[in-house]
Amino acid sequence: MRTTLHPALLMIASLIFAILIAPLFIILGASVSDTSYLTFPPQGFTLQWYSNIFEITAFRTTAITSLQIAFFGTFLALLIGIPAAYALNRFRVRLPSFLSNVFVLPILVPEIVLGFSLMKSITIGLDLPVYTTLLMGHTLLVLPYAVRVVGASLASFDFSVEEAAISLGCPPLKAFLTVVLPNISAGVIAAFILAFITSVNDVSISLFLTGPGVSTLPIQILAHMEQFFDPTIASVSVLLMLLTVGVMAIVEATLGLTFLTK
Amino acid sequence: MTVSLTLDNVTAHYGSTQVLQDLSLAIAAGELVSLLGASGCGKTTTLRLVAGFLEPTSGSIRLGDRDLTRMPAHQRDIGLVFQNYALFPHLSVRDNVAFGLKQRGLGSVERKAKADTMLERVGLSAFAERMPAALSGGQKQRVALARALVIEPPLLMFDEPLSNLDAKLRVDMRVEIRRLQRANGTTSLYVTHDQEEAFSISDRVAIMNAGRIMQLDRPEVLYQRPANSFVARFVGFENLIDMTVTERNGASVKATTPAGASVFLSQDVFGAIPDRFVLAARPDGLAVTRSEDGIPVTLGIRTYLGRAYQYQCMAQSGTYLGNGPLTEPLEPGTAASLVPVPEQCCILPSDA
Ligand SMILES: Nc1ncnc2c1ncn2[C@@H]1O[C@H](COP(=O)(O)OP(=O)(O)OP(=O)(O)O)[C@@H](O)[C@H]1O
Ligand SMILES: [Mg+2]
Repeated sequence: MRTTLHPALLMIASLIFAILIAPLFIILGASVSDTSYLTFPPQGFTLQWYSNIFEITAFRTTAITSLQIAFFGTFLALLIGIPAAYALNRFRVRLPSFLSNVFVLPILVPEIVLGFSLMKSITIGLDLPVYTTLLMGHTLLVLPYAVRVVGASLASFDFSVEEAAISLGCPPLKAFLTVVLPNISAGVIAAFILAFITSVNDVSISLFLTGPGVSTLPIQILAHMEQFFDPTIASVSVLLMLLTVGVMAIVEATLGLTFLTK
Repeated sequence: MTVSLTLDNVTAHYGSTQVLQDLSLAIAAGELVSLLGASGCGKTTTLRLVAGFLEPTSGSIRLGDRDLTRMPAHQRDIGLVFQNYALFPHLSVRDNVAFGLKQRGLGSVERKAKADTMLERVGLSAFAERMPAALSGGQKQRVALARALVIEPPLLMFDEPLSNLDAKLRVDMRVEIRRLQRANGTTSLYVTHDQEEAFSISDRVAIMNAGRIMQLDRPEVLYQRPANSFVARFVGFENLIDMTVTERNGASVKATTPAGASVFLSQDVFGAIPDRFVLAARPDGLAVTRSEDGIPVTLGIRTYLGRAYQYQCMAQSGTYLGNGPLTEPLEPGTAASLVPVPEQCCILPSDA
């Protein structure tokens, strides 16, 4: 027997889908418009806005900064997050329960507030270089993802496997690296990807932490838009979208997307 | 090389709750001792202490001439078989077995040779390349066993290794474990909550209750001569009757239940009988008769056992289970007497 969907359900689902997808098409359209201002539907067709990105140095340098910050920030977050997630799961019965929530707090605090307070405390308070501050901010931003996603993976890991390794003569640290880590690698990869994408796309925190000479791509997009409002913005956005889609496609092909929602 | 394991007055806590209380246990070289007890009595905790995953609050643990008490777990050199097998999911069967050898610095050729020999011994040669996820429970169990045995540890420990297997396989595997343990003469500590398994596989069995060992002895002794009410109940002495001696006449002793019914017991059979004691009897240790002596009871439900009838017997001092002959079935409601069968009864120290 075929289940028939209620027409209202179909309609609402399509509507939501359209609302989610439409802006992406609008941006795609706007990015090839042969006009000097953002417009939709596009008038004419040109790829000049795409080549324009590469002619503006700021886009190139900020893109590199963005990728660097995302990579190292995510790396640092994992370096802190994996041991944290491990401890939270391994010693769950012995640790106070609020501890696991502490690592989620940065998600709950509005990013603007987080960015502002980081600026107050690190940039102004400690007077660190902009790049370092930015890196610290992004590390903090993506840390919850690292702890949560790796933690989810560890929650289903049977720690007696680790004890088996230790009882067979493997020192604890080595047991973690050679037995625990290979069995939660999927979670680590997922955490990396989520964190990386979050970092690359972040505006609120970067807004406060970028400074003279050091900026990220989304901030550069904002700055450019304030000055020019030409379709370059749209074409950069399309490239960012493609990056995200590309990463997601890799995840889908290797681990399956449902993996990220587990 | 076989060595002995000694636990001396070991006390253990999880946080502030005490789980083991002054536990002492000595396993002779080459001996297999089982810990038997209900869920939560501290069996796994005892293994974890010896394995080094938990530190005792007080007391000491020795293996041969090595003091294990504060030694890091990975230096203890103990073969451990986990209840849920705990195989390495990311390694093949062969690599699982070879893991301990690798930690001991053996070269890959030697590792493979030893692992394969061990896999052959447990009948898994054909599965060397498989991943653990593609094995049945019994096969996983044998890999776990091979992995623990291959390092030739001076001590083997098993935590309910057969509890996930079906009845037939359970019997096969325990025979197998016993055979391998005997062949190597490895001192072993075995945990189970299955009495039959414990009695059939062990040289001696420790019956545990609430973090203490109630009795540690050969299965025969535990079964026939329990030392206290707890062990008696555990091995099937379903009738525990509080008694007070009211008359002594040479070897013959007259003992009375709290309700005033009397039985006669001979010190020639039981040895010296204290003034207050618990008479422990399995159902076939209390004969249901129509005679006048013994504990007067009213019969309840009758069940057919094949070799005898079993009756629920309501006495003033409590409800007991007794057996009566097949030749004379008695109806519920009948008045009868319970007479202890001396060879089938035990005299235990009074609990009070
Ligand atoms: N990590 C822990 N934290 C706190 N209490 C624990 C912990 N592990 C076990 N316990 C408690 O310690 C007691 C003994 O546990 P243990 O695991 O040794 O029991 P066991 O005899 O192995 O039982 P089972 O037959 O169910 O495996 C139990 O009351 C249990 O609740
Ligand atoms: Mg247990």
